[in-house]
Amino acid sequence: MNQQSGQGAIPETGADTGAAPILEMSHISKTFGVVRALRDVSLSVRPGELHALMGENGAGKSTLMKILSGAYKADPGGVITISGRPQSEAAGQVAVIYQELSLAPNLTVAENMFLGREIATRGVINMKETIARATPILKRLGVSFGPHDRVADLSLGERQMVEIARALTTDARLIVMDEPTTSLSSRETERLFEVIARLKSENIAIIYISHRMEEIYALSDRVSVLRDGVYIGTLERADLSAERLVSMMVGRNLDSFYKKEHACEAAFGGGAPLLSVRNMADGRMVKDCSFDLYAGEVLGIAGLVGSGRTELARLICGADPKTSGEVVLEGKTLDIRGPRDALREGITYLTEDRRKLGLFLDMSISENVNVAVIGDDAFAGGRLNFASAARRAAAAIERLAVKASSALAPVGGLSGGNQQKVLIARLLETGPRIVIFDEPTRGVDVGAKSEIYKLIDALARQGVGVVMISSELAEVIGVSDRVLVMREGRIAGQVPEQAGAEITQEAIMALSTGTASNAAPSAKTATAEGVA
Amino acid sequence: MTDTKTGSGLSFKAVFAALGMLPVLILLAIAFELISGRFLSVNNISNVAQLAAINVVLASGMTFVILTGGIDLSVGSILSVSAMVAVIVSLMPEFGWLGVPAAMVVGLACGLINGVLISALKLPPFIVTLGSLTAVRGVARLLGKDTTVFNPDLPFDVIGNGSIAGIPWLAVIAMVVVVISWFILKRTVLGTWIYAAGGNPEAARLTGISVPFVLLFVYGLSGLLSGLGGAMAASRLYAANGLQLGQSYELDAIAAVILGGTSFTGGVGSIWGTLVGALIIAVLSNGLILIGVSDIWQYIVKGLVIIIAVALDRYRTSGGART
Repeated sequence: MNQQSGQGAIPETGADTGAAPILEMSHISKTFGVVRALRDVSLSVRPGELHALMGENGAGKSTLMKILSGAYKADPGGVITISGRPQSEAAGQVAVIYQELSLAPNLTVAENMFLGREIATRGVINMKETIARATPILKRLGVSFGPHDRVADLSLGERQMVEIARALTTDARLIVMDEPTTSLSSRETERLFEVIARLKSENIAIIYISHRMEEIYALSDRVSVLRDGVYIGTLERADLSAERLVSMMVGRNLDSFYKKEHACEAAFGGGAPLLSVRNMADGRMVKDCSFDLYAGEVLGIAGLVGSGRTELARLICGADPKTSGEVVLEGKTLDIRGPRDALREGITYLTEDRRKLGLFLDMSISENVNVAVIGDDAFAGGRLNFASAARRAAAAIERLAVKASSALAPVGGLSGGNQQKVLIARLLETGPRIVIFDEPTRGVDVGAKSEIYKLIDALARQGVGVVMISSELAEVIGVSDRVLVMREGRIAGQVPEQAGAEITQEAIMALSTGTASNAAPSAKTATAEGVA
Repeated sequence: MTDTKTGSGLSFKAVFAALGMLPVLILLAIAFELISGRFLSVNNISNVAQLAAINVVLASGMTFVILTGGIDLSVGSILSVSAMVAVIVSLMPEFGWLGVPAAMVVGLACGLINGVLISALKLPPFIVTLGSLTAVRGVARLLGKDTTVFNPDLPFDVIGNGSIAGIPWLAVIAMVVVVISWFILKRTVLGTWIYAAGGNPEAARLTGISVPFVLLFVYGLSGLLSGLGGAMAASRLYAANGLQLGQSYELDAIAAVILGGTSFTGGVGSIWGTLVGALIIAVLSNGLILIGVSDIWQYIVKGLVIIIAVALDRYRTSGGART
């Protein structure tokens, strides 16, 4: 997605390789009970560099960053120096921007920037001074909103800018960004990269955590890799390669990252479609969307965040009420009034927000896998069939390689990748004919990503119709037979237009931004409303 | 079932929370015994069981409701109206024994009205049941023309005052309710749906679970058990009163559930915890009387216990934070 944006933001290796490091972490270990989350990790960051930190989920990145921010205390023996001074004397030098933003939505931008460090005389906030100090920082970042704007009215991308602005109020010399682009649209990501370049030019160092390879290539001066709590190594920009990074992260080589062994010729006309969606609309985000899905096909849906992809999927599976349109399965028009009706017809949907909308975090893996089918398996009187539940859970854990101590472990304690596998297992247990995956690899580590791609491929080979919504262009291209591109609630076009042609990032980007035709791209439509 | 944990929703945290309160119960009992010297007598334990019985029944229904993330403030009023109906029906010659089923039907009807308002009209449970707390109380007073109704020859008085093998019937009924509740929660599809709908209602809906049905069931059940509680109260007293009977019973029931480790936000908790919670409240009431603490101080102590319980709930949920 950021092949253009990336180029624009490529750093001129602004890092001063000779300078004393801004951050030196050495021999950091951390144990939680009997679990060793980190073992003798050392990390050194130079002023003004973008230092990417990579590793599978559970590798210890977040723990290391929490130790850096002071949220956790390292085991004795570890030393952290910031600008040559011990950590305890360097308050304000390090700012961490977490995945879950920590802003007060009903306060203004300026109030949020000084939250907890209000400029006040005798308890009364000096608003004039607050604004006066916030304004130049916002100007430095080149943002379009002002200090008086309410945070609730900003998009997710803009809120992230507020977080960065907040970091700058303390003169932070090192900013940690934990998967900052996860919920941003392409355009917002571009803006973020510009701001990153600006911060670097001011000699501010950045530790950047991301699973997205494209971003790592585009931005990093150096990349350090953690695996299972151990520091594996650091690559200079010149030595970066996908193979080396992946093998450092997983400790083995991934044969082919994207898996596409199925092929669906029917997808380009000829043959009856498995599913036809006709003139679907919800009166808000989705406008008159029609498409066909063929059995054994993987149909990608690309588009900016906010283009209506998730909303369209939710209409199809009955999660939200539609104002018009119909769903035709094998020539039969369905009357879908809720998710139950869709499930009965074999239409399943994997939500993009597994923690909020998918999983029962307090319940066990087994219960999460079985919850959709316990009714079918039950004995007379609705008594649970524990034997069949245990069988299904064990089979799912094995087939999807879920890493867990037991099928009865609560799902809330699993890593992102394993949680996603559990949610996918629940869908598969219902015996679906159509699966709509919404951002199936979001917040999932490299190993689990590759397994999810294999699974999608296997489903297509079994004749299931698969729809995959994704913001990661490389993955949409790598997995799909065809890609539909959505823009502003409509299906803007299909890539490729004919069978056999190649799916290119350029074609998808052109359709999704509207630059292909008489486009009038408006930034406001690409807000993050689609991301809960 | 050889292994009670197999595949059931017996969450580790819930077990831990329930066990967390069991020692408190035991310590309280020992303390009262040491101070009074007669707390652990057979006679007194039977007293405590009778004292706890009605609250156990109400709190069982409340456990279902709170597991879905809701609340039922109307149980005390429903108990009152059901008790009125039980006594009034018992006065009918020949059909006096119909008092018990009549009370349960009235309770169920009240609960279903709550349930329909909450599940179909999507009104907040707190507001709906706060409304019925007041309205149903009014109905109860209306039924007896605002007086106390008596029946000295209550045909089902054995429920309130008899015992079987030395165990009061009230306690037996309460235990049966607890066991049935446990069975529904941990051994049936419906039980799993209740935990699912409470833990994550939107995910439950997307999974094809009918959340409105689950809500209708839990409020209906809470009403039904309040009706049963009404019959139990009436049979103990040979009388019912629309004004006073069941006043603030909802608070004792909620306190028992929260003491038992069921989370206010829904999805986490167990019926055994509720049983322990209700017993703690009964032991406190009985023990404080035994050692001669005044009525006023009993209120203060019970109130403090409720606050400590909620504090424990907070502490437990924050302690359970995941990565």
